[in-house]
Amino acid sequence: MGVGIEVVNLNAWYAANHTLQDINLNIPANHATALIGPSGCGKSTFVRCLNRMHETNPIARVTGTVRIGDLDIYNDAKPVEIRRRVGMVFQRPNPFPTMSIYDNVAAGLKLNGYSNRRVLDEIVERSLKHSALWDEVKDDLKKKSGASLSGGQQQRLCIARALAVDPEVLLMDEPASALDPVSTSKIEDLIFQLKSQYTIVIVTHNMQQAARVAEKTGFFLNGRMVEFDSTHKIFTNPSDKRTEDYITGRFG
Amino acid sequence: MRSALRTATDGLATGLAVLSTVLVVAPLVAIFVYIIYKGASSLNWAFFTQIPKPEGESGGGMANAIVGSAVLLGLASLIGVPIGIAAGIFLAEFGRGTKLANAVRFTADVLNGVPSIVMGVAVYALIVTPQMPFSAISGGVALGIMMIPTVTRTTEEMLLMVPHSVREAALALGVPNWRSVLSITVKTASPGIITGCMLAFARVAGETAPLIFTALGNTNWSVALNQPIAALPLEIYRYALSPYDDQHRLAWAGALVLIALIVAAVSLVRFVTSRGVLKGAS
Repeated sequence: MGVGIEVVNLNAWYAANHTLQDINLNIPANHATALIGPSGCGKSTFVRCLNRMHETNPIARVTGTVRIGDLDIYNDAKPVEIRRRVGMVFQRPNPFPTMSIYDNVAAGLKLNGYSNRRVLDEIVERSLKHSALWDEVKDDLKKKSGASLSGGQQQRLCIARALAVDPEVLLMDEPASALDPVSTSKIEDLIFQLKSQYTIVIVTHNMQQAARVAEKTGFFLNGRMVEFDSTHKIFTNPSDKRTEDYITGRFG
Repeated sequence: MRSALRTATDGLATGLAVLSTVLVVAPLVAIFVYIIYKGASSLNWAFFTQIPKPEGESGGGMANAIVGSAVLLGLASLIGVPIGIAAGIFLAEFGRGTKLANAVRFTADVLNGVPSIVMGVAVYALIVTPQMPFSAISGGVALGIMMIPTVTRTTEEMLLMVPHSVREAALALGVPNWRSVLSITVKTASPGIITGCMLAFARVAGETAPLIFTALGNTNWSVALNQPIAALPLEIYRYALSPYDDQHRLAWAGALVLIALIVAAVSLVRFVTSRGVLKGAS
């Protein structure tokens, strides 16, 4: 089951570049929340702060509080523990090229020392079904490499890989921006189904996509969160002039 | 007019590229053909089964040198491959940007440029003592040290070529960094790392100079690690300098067998490591 995320006074830097400034918001459990904004506005940095991937860059720094469920992720836990509870799907599909489809999905469990064959089989099947890829790959699970799939299939494979470790939150950083329209609509259908079980945060450049999949939407601009409200309100009656300018296409 | 010029330029560039290729490949083909021509006629069953006959007597073979080279190269690989790969992993993954890594990388490059005879003398000074005279072990150590820089640097370069997105994928699954490096990054880079090991192996397989002061050579049967041991390059060297035609022929045959063994070893490793590779894996 998903859990809510509470962000208090979050600031992030790349070297001297202050990429996120005083972000405060509450992301509701078991819903999809979209983050929109022009390139470089900090939305990707923001999601990377939610699973502590931001700090894997040696020049990066972060301050503030992020609570995922009851867990204060910057004070109560190690990064590896957080990342098992907060899955992430990246902009470009990044399956492990030398691993089979099966091993890609099982990777998170196997690399953390899990080896019960029967349970792994079950989890792989369940994760691939959840990511709507099972029917397309079930005959080639151990024969084909993850890299041999099409771009859209690879992205669903990456979603299955993230789901296999049973996270509570799923972060998606522009998951469909490198995909064709058919694959994109499959990913969107998937988000729609998954949000009953997981808290989903999706970064997107595509405002129609945000409108289609998310209940809540946040608008980022120049490292600050300008507005956070129900998706309907953001797209029909935003409170801030800058949000209105962005969604009506006056800049960005 | 423009188009004619463009066609001519294209033709010239293509012609130069083809010419360069021929210039590069021609000596290789010439050497191969000449060695096969000179060596094949002296190859017979005795060459692979007998040890050298005393000076002046005809016949005999290089069985002891073939086995000796295999022993020496086995020892060298046992030393050079693990140390080289470990150092490469350190340079690319754990020590990136540190002073120690820069020092290690610089040392590896210098070591790569050290003349092989100097390596032989150095190992002689360090390891060859009255208690431990000329021996297979010291020869293996000399060749092993020569393998390290090549293996280290190719391992590092191959690891750096693994896309950042693949590392991120592993970290985002909650895999600890060391585990991600060993199970994901190194595995992804392994075809290139294996190529580096094969290059290093092929290079030292033909080395003669480092063995003169270490393995010494042996005209008798010996596979004892603490005794002098025969090696194909040493035998080729010795026979090529001898005044007897019969021994010259054996030297040619030895050169052919040495090349064939290197090709066989490299192909075998490629075959073994390519099994189990998946459809579409890059």
